[in-house]
Amino acid sequence: MEVSLDLILQACWETLYMVSISLVFGSLIGLPLGILLVVTRKGHILENAFVFSILNPIVNILRSIPFIILLVAIIPFTRFIVGTAIGTTAAIVPLVLHIGPYMSRLIENSLLEVDKGIIESAQAMGATPLQIIFCFLLPEALPSIVLSITTATIGLIGATAMAGAIGGGGLGDLAITYGYQRFSTITIVVTVVILVLLVQGIQSLGNLIERKIRRM
Amino acid sequence: MIEFRNASKIFKSEDRTIEALKNINLTIEKGDIFGVIGFSGAGKSTLIRMVNLLEKPTSGQVLVDGQDLSKLSEKELRQAKKNIGMIFQHFNLLRSKTVFDNVAMPLKLSKTPKSVIEERVHELLHFVGLSDKANSYPDQLSGGQKQRVGIARALATNPSILLCDEPTSALDPQTTTSILQLLKRVNQEYNVTILMITHEMEVIKQICNRVAVMQNGEIIEEGTILDIFSKPKTETARNFVRSVLRDEIPQSIFHILQANDKFSKIYNIEFIGESSGKPILSQVAKSFAVDVNILFGSINELQGVPFGNLIVELQGEEAEIARAYDFIVQQNVLVNEVIRNGG
Ligand SMILES: Nc1ncnc2c1ncn2[C@@H]1O[C@H](COP(=O)(O)OP(=O)(O)OP(=O)(O)O)[C@@H](O)[C@H]1O
Ligand SMILES: [Mg+2]
Repeated sequence: MEVSLDLILQACWETLYMVSISLVFGSLIGLPLGILLVVTRKGHILENAFVFSILNPIVNILRSIPFIILLVAIIPFTRFIVGTAIGTTAAIVPLVLHIGPYMSRLIENSLLEVDKGIIESAQAMGATPLQIIFCFLLPEALPSIVLSITTATIGLIGATAMAGAIGGGGLGDLAITYGYQRFSTITIVVTVVILVLLVQGIQSLGNLIERKIRRM
Repeated sequence: MIEFRNASKIFKSEDRTIEALKNINLTIEKGDIFGVIGFSGAGKSTLIRMVNLLEKPTSGQVLVDGQDLSKLSEKELRQAKKNIGMIFQHFNLLRSKTVFDNVAMPLKLSKTPKSVIEERVHELLHFVGLSDKANSYPDQLSGGQKQRVGIARALATNPSILLCDEPTSALDPQTTTSILQLLKRVNQEYNVTILMITHEMEVIKQICNRVAVMQNGEIIEEGTILDIFSKPKTETARNFVRSVLRDEIPQSIFHILQANDKFSKIYNIEFIGESSGKPILSQVAKSFAVDVNILFGSINELQGVPFGNLIVELQGEEAEIARAYDFIVQQNVLVNEVIRNGG
């Protein structure tokens, strides 16, 4: 049985839906978490061993669980949040839990790249910790943060391919069900081409925005 | 005024403790351009960073205008910091913001009205000579220009104290001089007391009126710049002074002297202030049966006072040279015999 154009468009839509919603919620978790991981560490502006020693292992644990396992392991939690454990929307819950911590590490690295001298000059001016974060750290790290978010988005596209396991749909699911299980080579080729174009497009867009911000 | 009272700083890490500052006692008077010089690791940065509490003293006190900043609440401390500007070796400007926004930053942090910010920033950019760069980004500026932006930013909140941690160490000699001249104007036109860290005696010589020499976390010598330049007491201070004022006979002259077989002695005569105007040497030549041979000389100006040295060879009978020497000593100048090494 061959795949129809409708099915492909449907799958594209599902992937974009999962990626964009997960990205928004993932950022809402990843950005603050990344900032906290930086500012609460030893010697930083809001040094707090207690908070850091709780957040750091949590992020590590979530980061070390393979996504396919996370997907099924948190089914009760997913049902609690969205009312169902299967379908495209249900897939968003594990995707967010997967990408949030990942993004927090990327953001953490971006913020750590900011020269210590910048923070020092802010402290010398009498900036509050919040002012240091929003007027100094984030603007200085912005180009790098854009690249981090780009990397996270591409990671999300990869993760959505596994969402089929809980009926999430999307391009990855299409490739498995039609291409692999029903031997439709054309489906595999088409979905791979679409995925490659999608990833290329997102990376180019990210690079473009980053260069714009750095005025290059 | 800045006062260090028995201030010490100990850094502790898992495996070792570093005593970065040991019992510092130092007073920087209002209006001073006070230089602190020392080799790398002497504790200079730690010292200057204690003034605005970027580093807390482990024991002892640092008073700024009589106030111990470590006793203030967070809010009061932020207020107090607006009275203390700071500039850095690597400028620490925000790359993501224009020159204008960099200079405006301290004012924005204290929620100053936009119109006031606008006026103040343009005034400061004019003062540092960068009016035409308001919309440039730091990446588009030279090192000297970046430091000018740093100075404008540090002055934004009208501080009475400016801390400078090696402000010219990343700059070439010519740019260094222009930045130092600007700092001198800051001191004079805005009545800002300047505390400056450096490892170059040339920087001290160009603008400071007082200087402290640091070594291993201690201040080993302190005084007016004339004191330190004319009578350095420690070996370290002497070496720093020597790095700008040469008082050694150049090798080439030594070779000529060695070829000479007449009896002679070599003296280093130092002049400070009015003594440099006296015709001592011509009097020596007229009053005693000696020939005066000037081997080397230099004259400098420190704080508007002429200061220099001459290395002279006196040729003649030994007794006559001794009498000439006594005469020179009586003229209130510093004179030492230079031993001919290898001669
Ligand atoms: N945060 C810190 N933790 C541990 N040790 C420190 C810290 N800051 C400075 N030190 C140590 O204190 C000593 C003095 O350092 P400081 O930076 O004040 O020297 P400095 O005179 O400014 O040197 P330089 O000319 O290289 O800047 C050094 O031995 C340094 O390693
Ligand atoms: Mg230093």
